[in-house]
Amino acid sequence: MSDTIAAATGDTVEQPAGTERQVSGVSIRLEGVTKSYPGQGKPAVDAVDLDIPAGQMVMFVGPSGCGKTTLLKMLNRLVEPTSGKIFLGDEDVTGQDADQLRRRIGYVIQAGGLFPHMTVATNIGLVPGMLKWDRKRIAARVDELLELVGLDPEVYRDRYPRELSGGQQQRVGVARALAADPPVLLMDEPFGAVDPITRQRLQDELLRIQEELGKTIVFVTHDFDEAVKLGDRIVVFDVGARVVQYDTPEAILADPAEEYVADFVGAGATLKQLTLTRVGDVELLSPQLARVGEDAAEVVRRASAAGEKYVVVTDRKGRPISWPSLAELSRVATVPDTVDEKLPVVGLRSTLNDALDTMLAASQGGVVVTGRDDVAGVMVVETVMAAIQRTRDEVEG
Amino acid sequence: MWEYLVDRRGLIAFQAFQHVSLVVQCVLLATVIAIGLAVLAYRSPRLTGLANGLSAIGLTIPSFALLGILLAPFGFGITPAVLAVTFYAALPILRNAVVGLAGVDRSLVESARGIGMSRLSTLWRIELPLAWPVILAGIRVSTQMVMGIAAIAAYVLGPGLGSFIFSGLSRLGGANALNATLVGTIAIVLLALVLDVVLVLVGRLTTSRGIRV
Repeated sequence: MSDTIAAATGDTVEQPAGTERQVSGVSIRLEGVTKSYPGQGKPAVDAVDLDIPAGQMVMFVGPSGCGKTTLLKMLNRLVEPTSGKIFLGDEDVTGQDADQLRRRIGYVIQAGGLFPHMTVATNIGLVPGMLKWDRKRIAARVDELLELVGLDPEVYRDRYPRELSGGQQQRVGVARALAADPPVLLMDEPFGAVDPITRQRLQDELLRIQEELGKTIVFVTHDFDEAVKLGDRIVVFDVGARVVQYDTPEAILADPAEEYVADFVGAGATLKQLTLTRVGDVELLSPQLARVGEDAAEVVRRASAAGEKYVVVTDRKGRPISWPSLAELSRVATVPDTVDEKLPVVGLRSTLNDALDTMLAASQGGVVVTGRDDVAGVMVVETVMAAIQRTRDEVEG
Repeated sequence: MWEYLVDRRGLIAFQAFQHVSLVVQCVLLATVIAIGLAVLAYRSPRLTGLANGLSAIGLTIPSFALLGILLAPFGFGITPAVLAVTFYAALPILRNAVVGLAGVDRSLVESARGIGMSRLSTLWRIELPLAWPVILAGIRVSTQMVMGIAAIAAYVLGPGLGSFIFSGLSRLGGANALNATLVGTIAIVLLALVLDVVLVLVGRLTTSRGIRV
């Protein structure tokens, strides 16, 4: 079903669940999982059956109080199910020792849940420590994970959580959850407490990491846009954790199963399709690049020859740091190494929605698009407008 | 006064040492007992109320009266002194330990459980270190308070600088009576200040840089 929908919407969406992704996760199966609290009439979670395929990111969305978080916490038995069975792969883990089980399941909560009295390295090394890894192996793993989440180990290893920004804390939280290389990752509204721009970057990072690792991720959110952006599949819950619809984002947007889902998805469903289009799926402009320390006059000559008014300056590692105009550059001798904190940057896996948000937040008419560590191109507001127009035409025609 | 000090420096030093030793040991014992009780109590609202009530009411019992009561079963000497000083030392620590443990962010505890820490190691590695600054504040209050109470323990012939104060007071008007009382009192105040500085240093050394204020 999702194939036909994707075809109908112009097939612009690259399915990350494709065969090329390496899968290190295991599947999760729920059978009649129920949680009732004494003194409450209806169960908080009522006989849920769910199959989560290995290596996919599945989003739990629904209104607050619908039981989605309770269901998530039953997966690592922070909440004990009243009845029902939970399988990881083929293994029934319902009766397993909860502490042992949790060391095999990564868990990320809002703001990372970092322990403020421990350094970043200690926080990340907790689970490997419990699994009795030796010190050297833990230290190496900590550095590897910090690299993975985009933090320089030299700088951040010995810092305390309060010395980090909200976004950095969240990255460390993800690193800690991945420490012992668990096949399953549970994320409970992890990006709820950070500002929109940081949230968007963290989402991009998570997509990149997932591309590399192929874990089975269960992600609770109340933000439908987030669900559409991140999810391979989305589960829409109603009260009692009733599964209303369980499908790909495209299918849910195009064909909500019930009035309830349609309401939840919201009126702007056409525009929400923008959330399905990734920056990497549209045509990007190739900007003139300049390295820090290059001769400025030479760069200006090259850029004007190409008919550009701006150049993108990259640091020695090839990452974009600023975006000066030719006029600004012609006033200096060499390309300066000033880092423009407000430089609008998105990743290839960002959605057009993110790109538009980023432009508006920076009051710029374009954004720099980065690959893992280099500049993939530049996207301008006209490209977004064209995409909106195209989507609209497709929906109407 | 100076002559008095020089003449009895050996005795003063000995009694001062005895006094500090009594206080430090009793506070250590009280810390262990109070944290133990707090750990049992802080998860239950009813027990928390009980613990807070106990520490509030306990502090209203006059120390003189308590020592008098303890005389009956234990007689004169070190036992009633240790019991009374430990009892009073435990109260502020108990109160602070309950408040400190209850004040640990629940989401951190859940986070610890969620990554697979057992109940006990969550308490030991997360909750107690995070509550420690508050507990330590209670220990400082306790130490100051029982420096004074330990002086009264001399009434039951316990060790310490209280003996100077009591012997001075009982001979008031006699030779050196005022000197004895003053020496006892001032020495206690000075030692209390020294102990407080030591506790501040202990706090610096035992509190993680990540939560130091």
